[in-house]
Amino acid sequence: MTAAPAQSLEWKLPSARKVAVISLILTESSLFTIFLVAYLFYMGKSLNGPYPSEVLAFPLLATIALLSSSVTIVFSEMALHRGNKAAFHVWWAITIGLGTYFLWFTGMEWKHLIFTENLTLATNVFGTTFYALVGLHASHVIIGLLLLTLVFVLSLLGKVAGDHREHIEMISWYWHFVDAIWIVVVTVVYLISTRY
Amino acid sequence: MTPQTADDNFEIPPPEAIGHERGSLTRIVQELVFTVDHKKLGLMYIASGLLFFVVAGLMASLIRIQLAVPRNNFLEPDVFNRLFTMHGTAMVFFVGMPMLFGFANYLIPLMVGARDMAFPRLNAFGFWVFFFSGLLLFFSYLGAPGLYAAGSAPDVGWFAYSPLTAKAFSRGHSTDYWTLSILLGGIGSIATSINIIVTALCLRCKGMILGRMPLFVWIYLVVAFLIIIAIPPLSACQIMLILDRYFGAHFFDTQAGGSAVLWQHFFWIFGHPEVYILMLPGFAIASEVIPVFSRKPIFGYPVMVAASVLIAFISLGVWAHHMFAVGMTSIGNTFFAISTLLVAVPTGIKIFNWIGTMYGGKLRFELPMLFCLAFLFQFLIAGLTGVMLGVAPFDWQLTDSYFVVAHFHYVLIGGLLFTIFSGIYYWYPKALGKMPNFKLGLLHFLLFMAGFHITFFPQHISGFLGMPRRIYTYDAGRGWDLWNLISSLGVILQAAGILFFVINLIYSYVKGGKAGDDPWDAWTLEWAASSPPPDYNFETLPEVRSRRPLWDLKHPDDPDWKYE
Repeated sequence: MTAAPAQSLEWKLPSARKVAVISLILTESSLFTIFLVAYLFYMGKSLNGPYPSEVLAFPLLATIALLSSSVTIVFSEMALHRGNKAAFHVWWAITIGLGTYFLWFTGMEWKHLIFTENLTLATNVFGTTFYALVGLHASHVIIGLLLLTLVFVLSLLGKVAGDHREHIEMISWYWHFVDAIWIVVVTVVYLISTRY
Repeated sequence: MTPQTADDNFEIPPPEAIGHERGSLTRIVQELVFTVDHKKLGLMYIASGLLFFVVAGLMASLIRIQLAVPRNNFLEPDVFNRLFTMHGTAMVFFVGMPMLFGFANYLIPLMVGARDMAFPRLNAFGFWVFFFSGLLLFFSYLGAPGLYAAGSAPDVGWFAYSPLTAKAFSRGHSTDYWTLSILLGGIGSIATSINIIVTALCLRCKGMILGRMPLFVWIYLVVAFLIIIAIPPLSACQIMLILDRYFGAHFFDTQAGGSAVLWQHFFWIFGHPEVYILMLPGFAIASEVIPVFSRKPIFGYPVMVAASVLIAFISLGVWAHHMFAVGMTSIGNTFFAISTLLVAVPTGIKIFNWIGTMYGGKLRFELPMLFCLAFLFQFLIAGLTGVMLGVAPFDWQLTDSYFVVAHFHYVLIGGLLFTIFSGIYYWYPKALGKMPNFKLGLLHFLLFMAGFHITFFPQHISGFLGMPRRIYTYDAGRGWDLWNLISSLGVILQAAGILFFVINLIYSYVKGGKAGDDPWDAWTLEWAASSPPPDYNFETLPEVRSRRPLWDLKHPDDPDWKYE
């Protein structure tokens, strides 16, 4: 610049919350990648059964539930934008319900696998990598549900105000991330690995 | 009115009682524990890093005493194994990492013209998690024997290859201490790195567009991104190891179809970027020190930024050069050899840019500059041996030999530690308000530099002669005796150097001359604050128009923004 630069009147910086949550999602993606690679690496390398093709059934209903919870949380946010607290609460509760159904499904699936199919972490490398990967995802669903419930309770107590819009948006970003990871996990575990 | 809360009971103490208890020990401890101030946390990081450095350095000295002469009986073999494991783990995770976070914490908010890090409490969390994970590692000496009376400190090497870490081969709790301490430390590192990213991107003062950000902050931004991508694989490794050891999982259990090599892949996917996570902060310090003591702006600022990004990017794709000897396909070998050699290009660009900065400059040989000059030469040697080891057939010959030991000590001491010393001397007046003593510093520099080369240069040669790393003793007459003896003697000079360093830190604090706000006539914003800076850093937040805001301030007739 040759002339004295005219300082722009407004000095805009990215939102700290958004950058932090994007970084968190980046670091979590890196963690999931390693567990996914471990699962793919050990695909078809189990020395004894049960094998994925024998025991895994595609979790259609749970997948639909989790993926649609990504939509309902957006509806909830839109309601909050409009200032419609009641609709916000309803959609938020539906999101929690869908997430809880997903978690319940995973619990039932594990119960079936452990007690009926005799597949545990120690049975074979399929069991090892399956429980590690799906368990890692389920633990993220639990954290997400805790956050969602926290917001729900605080909102019922009247503690969620208009300036919390970005906080809520960040929780929904995290929830979208949990859903997106599930798309990858379900593809790898229930579609690709069931060929073995 | 009756008091409603505890606060209402508060009575303002009489003026003479205010600050009365400030100097007491309990008060100081309380202040250190409760603080969320980035400057205090930064100094706490550096101080605890120095503490672990002295402990891990003494461990290395014991190792060198044992290896000084053939068939030495100074240490038992199992004690020796624990020493090199603890030395390596502590130096990487509890010396290198806290040092780099210490500088980041102290300087980044000051350099971008902010009052604190973006998330001060997260910052304190990061520090305490790191600190206790370090204590956890060292507590293994007491805690690991536990009920089993087996094992003591970890003895599996700093990269803990499986299946040595499996329950069957590593009994007792020593490996668990190692695993949990690394897992915990990783959480702290990720928390602090997210904080660094947010601070650098979202807290810049008015006018500091990314292109005007000090190179120090730029390089730390790159490092922080590298940390949040590279540390999770390490954490994943530790989770898998815990599942293997305690829940009967088979990740690394070869008898159940698991793979021991998978650990190596996952560990080095973290392990190689880690080298750059440690080394890039050294570059960051050099990029601040060299221009100020050459009285010239940094040569090729955009290229320096691009080279840092490129180093970080390439470093994510070179991990298997630690595994040439494991046996990979020739395509794998070729890919990792080429990507390894490729890192030399952006690194070379940086070295030429530092030289370009000094060329035609008015060099001032103050303490920080001396350490940076030594760094340039030593890091060049480290880079050249790195290129040699990057060539797969050469690596087959010398893998796990003392040549490798010499190579990475040239990187981490000759490269990183020298720039850390440079940084400590450079920002000492800012942090403590006193000038470091030049004569003591010069003694430190000369003794430590001589000791460093005398210790580590001969290890190249003993490596060529076939001496493997991690052996606790060796037979006479293999041609290794002389080199090991010289190497061990060098430790005496290094220890003397460190002694003068510690003396200097204390002596200058007590007796040193007042520094003033800007003793080096520097250009970045931290020198605009007083020395030491107040809790709030800047009375009014600064506004910048170029990369060297203090130059603009001192030379209103010839400001930088006319040319940038």
